[in-house]
Amino acid sequence: MSLDIKTSVVESRRQTYANVARRQGADRPASRYDEATYDMQPTVNFHYRPTWDPGYLLYDPSRTAIRMDDWYALRDPRQLYYATYTIARARMMEAEEKNFDFVQKRGLLESVDDAWVDKLRRYMLPLRHYEWGANMNNTAITDLGYGTAITQAASFAAMDRLGIAQILSRVGLLIDGNSGDTLKGAKEAWLNDEMWQGVRKMVEDSFVLRDWFELFVAQNFAMDGVVYPLIYDHCDAQEARHGGGALSMLNEFMIDWFADHCRWVDAVLKVAAAESAENRELISGWASAWAGRAMQAFRPIAAFALEAGAEDAMAAIQAALKKRANSIGLEI
Amino acid sequence: MSVATKARKLGLKQRYALMTRGLGWETTYQPMDTVFPYDTYEGIKIHDWDAWEDPFRLTMDAYWKYQSEKERKLYAVIDSFAQNNGHLGITDARYVNAIKLFLTGVSPLEYQAHRGFAHAGRHFRGVGPRIACQMQSIDELRHAQTQVHAMSHYNKYFDGFHDKTHMHDRVWYLSVPKSFFDDAMTAGPFEFLTAISFSFEYVLTNLLFVPFMSGAAYNGDMATVTFGFSAQSDEARHMTLGLEVIKFMLEQDEGNTPIVQRWMDKWFWRGYRLLALVAMMMDYMLPKRIMSWQEAWEMYFEEAGGALFEDLSRYGIRPPKYHEVAAKEKDRISHEAWGIFYNYTHAAAFHTWLPNEDEMAWLSAKYPKTFDKIYRPRYEQWAKMKAEGKRFYNNTLPQLCTTCQIPMGFTEPDDPTTICFRSSEYRGERYHFCSDGCKDIFDYEPEKYIQSWLPVHQIYQGNCGGAELGQVLDWYHINQGADNLDYDGSPDQQLWDKWMSDRKKAAS
Repeated sequence: MSLDIKTSVVESRRQTYANVARRQGADRPASRYDEATYDMQPTVNFHYRPTWDPGYLLYDPSRTAIRMDDWYALRDPRQLYYATYTIARARMMEAEEKNFDFVQKRGLLESVDDAWVDKLRRYMLPLRHYEWGANMNNTAITDLGYGTAITQAASFAAMDRLGIAQILSRVGLLIDGNSGDTLKGAKEAWLNDEMWQGVRKMVEDSFVLRDWFELFVAQNFAMDGVVYPLIYDHCDAQEARHGGGALSMLNEFMIDWFADHCRWVDAVLKVAAAESAENRELISGWASAWAGRAMQAFRPIAAFALEAGAEDAMAAIQAALKKRANSIGLEI
Repeated sequence: MSVATKARKLGLKQRYALMTRGLGWETTYQPMDTVFPYDTYEGIKIHDWDAWEDPFRLTMDAYWKYQSEKERKLYAVIDSFAQNNGHLGITDARYVNAIKLFLTGVSPLEYQAHRGFAHAGRHFRGVGPRIACQMQSIDELRHAQTQVHAMSHYNKYFDGFHDKTHMHDRVWYLSVPKSFFDDAMTAGPFEFLTAISFSFEYVLTNLLFVPFMSGAAYNGDMATVTFGFSAQSDEARHMTLGLEVIKFMLEQDEGNTPIVQRWMDKWFWRGYRLLALVAMMMDYMLPKRIMSWQEAWEMYFEEAGGALFEDLSRYGIRPPKYHEVAAKEKDRISHEAWGIFYNYTHAAAFHTWLPNEDEMAWLSAKYPKTFDKIYRPRYEQWAKMKAEGKRFYNNTLPQLCTTCQIPMGFTEPDDPTTICFRSSEYRGERYHFCSDGCKDIFDYEPEKYIQSWLPVHQIYQGNCGGAELGQVLDWYHINQGADNLDYDGSPDQQLWDKWMSDRKKAAS
């Protein structure tokens, strides 16, 4: 049986905004993602050129060599807008907090082999600076990118990276009992440890890239595509063998996050590459160059953390990245 | 070394510093000036970026938690507003025109702020200010998106809400807010923060955001007012950033003071001119009024702003130039602005009307020196013409101020019956201004302002759809006979009256 509550009906005159209706081809109800995303960015009749870069308009599609007939084709398959983004991340963080509590209350870190903890300080904690670099790069994409579809997702990614840098910092503080010594050591390693210099140089070189889409490929596809499987998959598996199951729990946020991140990155690259042969060639070129560099840069980290297993792990990472590239229409 | 068994207690400030402030580093493979190319060319000198105080010390875990809780509550209200036909609960459908102006004029600025703060959030070399800007950047995206969602319901029932970005990029009066924000975004990052975080958010926000949100509360618009309440805690953070950036610049180097003072002068005047739209909204567009523009100006700028500038005087900062002109204009700009829109209502995406007898009485009481003498006779004349079937329209295009882009309808500071004209010559061309404030801004950076996309010039140059008014309105995507013209006789008014009478029938 159904209850039938009587309400007065007021006919609506339209279902969605005109700009959304034009894109849908009809005036029918639209999702909140569409209403919050489509055509949010101004496109024409800018009043002044940026004093900081007068060669371009304030929002300028020619800031990248990639050409899109419609920049709003680069949709986020997760359909994240601000509300759904913060709600999704708050949920993930709630689970992560529980893991931190669990590890802390039971003193689980004490059961990890001391040698492995020392190792972790060197191969994992310096990544907080890598994440900060990723924050900068995604903020740069938000700044210079074209069309709200990609720039809003980049701004969420930027904040994610700050969040991850802070989670890594907390792992360090858990190890050093909040003295901050681990973080000082990690920064020292990032700045001066030979093993990290290839990564740091790569990150610093990415800071000065002029083409924001190349930056997107370099950071979100290539560099992340190497370091995430290396640290949160291969090293994570090693950790378990050294009594580090507790640490693995603390990696949960990053593991879930990377899966989510790849959905977005792959969707964007697939659509952009499918747009034209020129786009495909450019993206494939960038992906090859930066993936090659990232493999090279992270090799010493892998060797340090995985020792004899490093070669196999890097080969597996390379094969997986190549497979991922092929599945979205790229050649690397 | 091994795992510490005892954990030291961390205060909020220490915890934040450990988790956040150490993240940045001096780059060496690329020079810092190449990585951060934009934070020196304005002439602001920073000797110690670490002296930046983070007033909120918000880490991302807390940010996600607080913000998601706010979003859940806000969307519950927006959903229930839609489900219960909340638009039927407003005072009168004339009110809706205030939020049409908000959606087309202000919401796009929230979006621009999102991108502008991303620019600053990438380009300052200090970690503290960069993170503050990044958080504000996504907060601003929040505001733009929640406004679009809250007003989506109104768009279903009323005209004028349907094409905000298209209109914002083209329609003549929307070039006033658009050029304001383009001006800030095309400036360097320090000027951007002075313009938006300080002058706008800190000094003037009580005159922009608060009147719209209070107007919503007074007029039964629960969706908008809930958004307003929900955004309040973000705004508090943004205002604090505004004050912090000013103090930071002033404390870092004495040489920064004259630069900051000039920006404060410029952005006070730029913001004040933009607020003419809010002034007319407060005095004319709210069926149930909150307070007059003059009262708001006295309370929020003269008293609160006065105390602020007194506090800043220890840095050698004085109140912004031409604040005394704003004081002289406070009993006229709302009337002058509404007069302009009444003249050009055929070319606007919201409705205008003449104030009724009760409203005129309110205006007389609020503006005893000017209303009965100058503006009431004007409205009576226009009412008479309308009754005779000769509703007054201004059918020529107005001259615009090159800086603020408002039609030249404001009057001399010391004579409210004479239109104020100023002009400057630059490279053999003459440029026109509504005020000394706007002329000064142009004269300091003429190369910037000669680029202005002035809607009237653009129409005359044939860049706006054609030479006929109807063609220009089509190009604007203004639905003629629905979005524009008087409220009386509009589809909005006819439908509203029908909904109200249906309700009465249902109740009896």
